[in-house]
Amino acid sequence: MSTSTVRKLDPESPSSLTGVKGRRRFVDRAMRVVVFLAFLLAVIPLFWVLWITISRGIGLVISPEWWTTSMRNVGPNDFGGGAAAAIQGTLIQAAIATAIAVPVGVLAGIYLVEYSDKPLVRPVSFMTDVLTGIPSIVSGLFIYALFITTFGFNRMGFLVALALTLLMVPVVVRGTEEMLRIVPNELREASYALGVPRYRTILKVVLPTAISGIITSVMLAVARIMGETAPLLILVGYTASLNPNPFEGEQAALPLMINVERGNPLPPGQERAWAAALTLILIVMLLNIGARIISRFSGIKK
Amino acid sequence: MTAFYPPDSEDTLVKKTSRGRFGDRAIAFFASASGVAVIATVLLVGLFLLWRAIPSILQDQVPFLTSREWNVNNPDDLRFGIVDLLWTTVLSSVMAMVLAVPVAIGIAIYITQYAPRRIARPIASAVDLLAAVPSIVYGLWGIQVLAPAIEPFGDWLSENLGWIPLFAPGLTSAGTVYSIGVVLAIMILPIITAISREVFDQTPLLHKEAALALGATHWEMVRTTVLPFGRPGVISASMLGLGRALGETMAVVIILSKPAPGSDFSASIFAGGETFASKIANNAAEFDSPEKTGAYIAAGLVLFVLTFIVNAIARWIISRRKEFTE
Repeated sequence: MSTSTVRKLDPESPSSLTGVKGRRRFVDRAMRVVVFLAFLLAVIPLFWVLWITISRGIGLVISPEWWTTSMRNVGPNDFGGGAAAAIQGTLIQAAIATAIAVPVGVLAGIYLVEYSDKPLVRPVSFMTDVLTGIPSIVSGLFIYALFITTFGFNRMGFLVALALTLLMVPVVVRGTEEMLRIVPNELREASYALGVPRYRTILKVVLPTAISGIITSVMLAVARIMGETAPLLILVGYTASLNPNPFEGEQAALPLMINVERGNPLPPGQERAWAAALTLILIVMLLNIGARIISRFSGIKK
Repeated sequence: MTAFYPPDSEDTLVKKTSRGRFGDRAIAFFASASGVAVIATVLLVGLFLLWRAIPSILQDQVPFLTSREWNVNNPDDLRFGIVDLLWTTVLSSVMAMVLAVPVAIGIAIYITQYAPRRIARPIASAVDLLAAVPSIVYGLWGIQVLAPAIEPFGDWLSENLGWIPLFAPGLTSAGTVYSIGVVLAIMILPIITAISREVFDQTPLLHKEAALALGATHWEMVRTTVLPFGRPGVISASMLGLGRALGETMAVVIILSKPAPGSDFSASIFAGGETFASKIANNAAEFDSPEKTGAYIAAGLVLFVLTFIVNAIARWIISRRKEFTE
């Protein structure tokens, strides 16, 4: 063995070593290029999608009317229009889904970690995995079969929110579980040692420590369900007008608006479809970035 | 499972003194109730889909699993089979997986083994952002921008390898399985990358140092330590990605063109078709009679079972690995 191999002990150092030649050196260099190309290959579609959406949709999105007016009385031939009704519908449906999914998801997460001696922990964990894998169309179909076919309800925004809840719950459960697991045990023990009862320990010590992580996972879950289209197609009709009531009548939503406007081959329709897509991406990205910022301030470090 | 309260003796003490407290009982009750709600919901989804689907399957005039027919307009003469849907669903998802997995492994290796820490984080975030783009936007971009761009390569493939049934020239417009396969690959890339990254990062430093000490080049070190260590994780990540691709709806609805009713079966990726999810979504406006709806619910049920099996395999691989490493 030559002395040059000794220098290789640092795993971070590149392997441009004097001892390695020929085919081995070629393969080593080639693979460095290959993995870098793989990364480039993945970044291309991201920027491509963003570029297309921004360049085709920005014209409408920067006009104030886009955010303040609905599509009411805007014909397929008219340029302009507004996404207010769609944004309103998306926000209402996401808000209802969040209001139901967060308490259930956080409590189920508490159950999995703080009550890990209970008999149902394994089944709950398994069923959460199953729920994670349910496709959004199946979730919509289930709500349809339950509320519309069986109970005879009409199609409405609230049913969409229920379908979205099903998609959101497992994400919140897993996020809560993960955060609670990294809360140091010493905190719980210290609290018990001071004679603090279990429920106060959970509410006043464990949850506040994990709260920023839980908020992060909730925001990511909201971002995910806002872009879901499949349940909307089954469970609610589209309308051009504002409808703040999720329990009655048709209600617009951004994905539905994209879907309707993409069916309009005229330039105004195409422009509105891309503008609605840009609006949706903006909202989702804002939630994502917000989630990242909050997770920076997390009280616990891994 | 780790119990988070003090060890046994003190534990019983804490429990005894606190059992009677209203707050303790309340939070234990609500936490258990939420856990039960999760279990009940999944069971309800499965049972309900079964209950709604079975009457229609029983009235089906053709074999449900093997027929290519789909005609549910006459409730007294239901004729529907899923074999075409199954083929298109599996073909497009497997194609997406075949395309996405090597790229995802490459990115994960680059981020964890090659990139300097300073730039590894932003790169990881950029790939994660791919997951933040809603699927309907991918659909819109896929049909208007990507499909025309990759069409020449598809034409070249079908001209030169057309003798293989998979690449037989078919409908060479934009709405092919080939186009949706590429779009699905982009959509599942972030999931596979994220999990692969995590497992590659856990490779014991001692393994890597040992390989380097034996004179391995950087790539030989990756090939002999990181890849074998991460293999189960990558396999299960691929299965989770496959599960996501199987159930993807909106991108498929927008991109894949529906073949004319009664057209011949084509195994080619250059043909159109319908997946389970797109079939249901395309006909959502026509759910009028319970029999007709039942046929679509039956298709949804098969999709549910399919994704369940794929996800279960993925979880099983992960849990088996945990037993090994701990």
